[in-house]
Amino acid sequence: MARDTYTEFANTGFGRALTKNLGLPQPAKLRRHRPGRPLIEGPVVVLGSSAAASALADRLLGWNLDVRRHVGPKEKVAGVVACFDSASSPAALSSTVLETGMLLKQLKPSGRVITVSRDPLGTGDPAVRAARSAVQGLTRSTAHEMRAGGTANGIVLAEELDPSAPGVAGALRFLLSGRSAFVSGQFISVDSVNGALPGNWDRPLQGQVAVVTGAARGIGASIARTLHRDGAALILVDIPAAGEQLAGVANEVSGTALQLDITAPDAGERILAHAKQHHGRLDIVVHNAGITRDKLLANMDESRWNSVIAVNIESQLRMNRAFLASELFNADAHGAMGPRIISLASTSGIAGNRGQTNYAASKAGVMGMVSATAAQLAARHGTINAVAPGFIETEMTAKIPFATREVARRLNSLNQGGLPVDVAETIAFLASPQAGGTSGLTLRVCGQNLVGA
Amino acid sequence: MSAQNIRDAVIIGGNRIPFARAHTAYATAGNQDMLTSTLNGLVARFGLQGEQIGTVAAGAVMKHSKNFNLTRESVLGTPLDPKTPAFDVQMACATGMEAIGSMANKIKLGQIDSAIAGGVDSISDAPIVVTDELRGILMEANRAKTVSQRLKALAKIRPGHLAPQAPGVNEPRTGMSMGEHMAITAHAWGITRAEQDELALASHKNLAAAYDRGFFDDLVTPFKGVSRDNNMRADSTLEKLGKLSPAFGRDLGNEATMTAANSTALTDGASAVLLGSEEWADQHDLPKLANFIDYEEGAVDFVDGAEGLLMAPAYAAARMLKRNNLSFSDFEYLEIHEAFASTVLAQIKAWESEEFCKNKLGLDSALGTIDRSRLNVNGSSLAAGHPFAATGGRIVATLAKALHGKPGKLGFISVCAAGGQGITAIIEGR
Repeated sequence: MARDTYTEFANTGFGRALTKNLGLPQPAKLRRHRPGRPLIEGPVVVLGSSAAASALADRLLGWNLDVRRHVGPKEKVAGVVACFDSASSPAALSSTVLETGMLLKQLKPSGRVITVSRDPLGTGDPAVRAARSAVQGLTRSTAHEMRAGGTANGIVLAEELDPSAPGVAGALRFLLSGRSAFVSGQFISVDSVNGALPGNWDRPLQGQVAVVTGAARGIGASIARTLHRDGAALILVDIPAAGEQLAGVANEVSGTALQLDITAPDAGERILAHAKQHHGRLDIVVHNAGITRDKLLANMDESRWNSVIAVNIESQLRMNRAFLASELFNADAHGAMGPRIISLASTSGIAGNRGQTNYAASKAGVMGMVSATAAQLAARHGTINAVAPGFIETEMTAKIPFATREVARRLNSLNQGGLPVDVAETIAFLASPQAGGTSGLTLRVCGQNLVGA
Repeated sequence: MSAQNIRDAVIIGGNRIPFARAHTAYATAGNQDMLTSTLNGLVARFGLQGEQIGTVAAGAVMKHSKNFNLTRESVLGTPLDPKTPAFDVQMACATGMEAIGSMANKIKLGQIDSAIAGGVDSISDAPIVVTDELRGILMEANRAKTVSQRLKALAKIRPGHLAPQAPGVNEPRTGMSMGEHMAITAHAWGITRAEQDELALASHKNLAAAYDRGFFDDLVTPFKGVSRDNNMRADSTLEKLGKLSPAFGRDLGNEATMTAANSTALTDGASAVLLGSEEWADQHDLPKLANFIDYEEGAVDFVDGAEGLLMAPAYAAARMLKRNNLSFSDFEYLEIHEAFASTVLAQIKAWESEEFCKNKLGLDSALGTIDRSRLNVNGSSLAAGHPFAATGGRIVATLAKALHGKPGKLGFISVCAAGGQGITAIIEGR
């Protein structure tokens, strides 16, 4: 992983003054989750007078947070939850938006703005849909204006969804916490009352069995460590050639190492057999394994195109068919939360990227697969989602030439690259029981990357 | 102890690092590095982190004196519970088999519930010792009480004393290399160059095919960037093998048959097998590939030429088969360690020979023929290489996996060893 020397410098006293005077980007040190630490430190202000506002304020109070409806003009606040779920027209947003704006200057570092609204497609009323869509534009723009490691994101409720549903609480808590450090300008849609709040918020995956592909290094290894920290038992998969590193990660997280080429026709069955042997169940699948074979389309050869498609998307489709045909991957049978599938997409799959027709096709394919598979998971009270990382500091991105890497790092609202753990935290959230109301979504972990919006 | 008290010793699985020709990929890795990595891979494969294993037994044929507690030190470098006891075993090339067989016996008797057994060897990191003369002078200097006594002792050192002595692989009692010994046996049994080359080729083809179909995915963990045995030549042909000049038995002239390709290369590597009682395996949700049924040690009088150096398994097999009331036709697969292609062929010819079986084994007739289509079906030492103490673990894990899913089907193992020794064993699929 390459060192981000600029961010280190900009966080020294002199560096902070110099970068400010020169008008250079000022990447902040982001607040990240650590077990046992408070969810968020400081007052959280809930704005709006809707049903969601009172439900969420109650929820926050239940978490022993310092919940306010108003704060004084000089007081520092940690987060703002702006509820627009009852907005009937764009004009009706005004007072809550302006109140939010006044609080932005009072936000502490790594502060949070969370908007709450209803799904625009849930209504046919032009004024209502306009209001709901307006909230999304408002949220994204606020995210661009956030400073000092702050983020702005939205929770989008399905039309009739009770705002006290566990999925809403789960999303709210994730967005307030350090787990969402590198998530900004994004929306978490909550579509159902499925899911449950964990008994222990630091161990939400206790008792669950997860498989992570591509777990030998980088983001995959970080996912393994994060799911382990959150309580899951782990099966770690990577190609046989990566076995030595895979064993190292497995021994670190007390998991089992399964050397397997995921493009093998029976890869899904072999994972199921391993899960059955060692655990008698399988609850969480993280499709992390992926490759890049970059080439301009004009120069693309068969092997580069086919290998990327085979590893990044065809293997996932084939394995999912095996998992969904198996009773092992049916948490209903274990009396637990429904099964979870989380796939790695990429911002390249959203915006496209020069030299990555194969990769972008595969990652856009993942998003398509996820949205189309949600119905099958719903039948098991499970979910399937994708996570699309932006610029993440990994061994892979460390190989990008210095100048290109430096630009890529700064091209987002947080002015820095994310860490593998940021991707892992989002995956762990989507794997958790409290994310049971969210399915078919692609959630970006990109610091609101300017490309791919 | 009555037979009712003896329980099954289950082979749960194994792990090895890919074997590497001496002085190549593992040139800078020592025995402890390789054994530790192998154990780490085994722990990772079966989720044994923090587990207290009954006993870990392993060994190395070529060992530094500083590695006096090699296996225990390796265990301490793994995530296994540090309360896991371990000891070193040494029986030349049969070290791994002896470790596995004796651990299986402890499990059968109920003394332990789980065990790891295996071995490691490095030719690249072999100990080099000083001459006996120099060692004598140094010890004398060490015993000296005054400076002048010490200087007097050290003054005896002569340039000739300083030549390092590489470890010998020659038989101490004959001064002959193993290859030269085998050349005599091969010639006596009339083993041809062609049949040796065919066996060598089959070894490479079978090993490569097993890798290609993913057979070794859960038997091998890469080490130092090597993911397959680097001695393996999947593209070898009889023509290529036929062009090689003889390496052993050159004094036989035109009748010399043993080449570098039909003899095993010197190799670095390590292997380990996880064993347990049925209950222990079930409690830990672990697979049960096969049962370790029986094993037999043998030794022959090779010093005065009465028998070939590597023929001990021929004798051990006869006793073991008789004790278990079995014949070769009862075995689904047979693993005969390819120290040399001619070793395998000489054993087979001996078992097929009525004369040998009557005169040497004291049987009424020939012991039987070996179905070649069941022999070394996933390759053996000619292709994989032969890090002396690691071969037993490689064979047992490979054979156990091949027999898994074939309950009741039997596997036969034969491993010859220096000093005129050898071990044979029986395992049963489940």
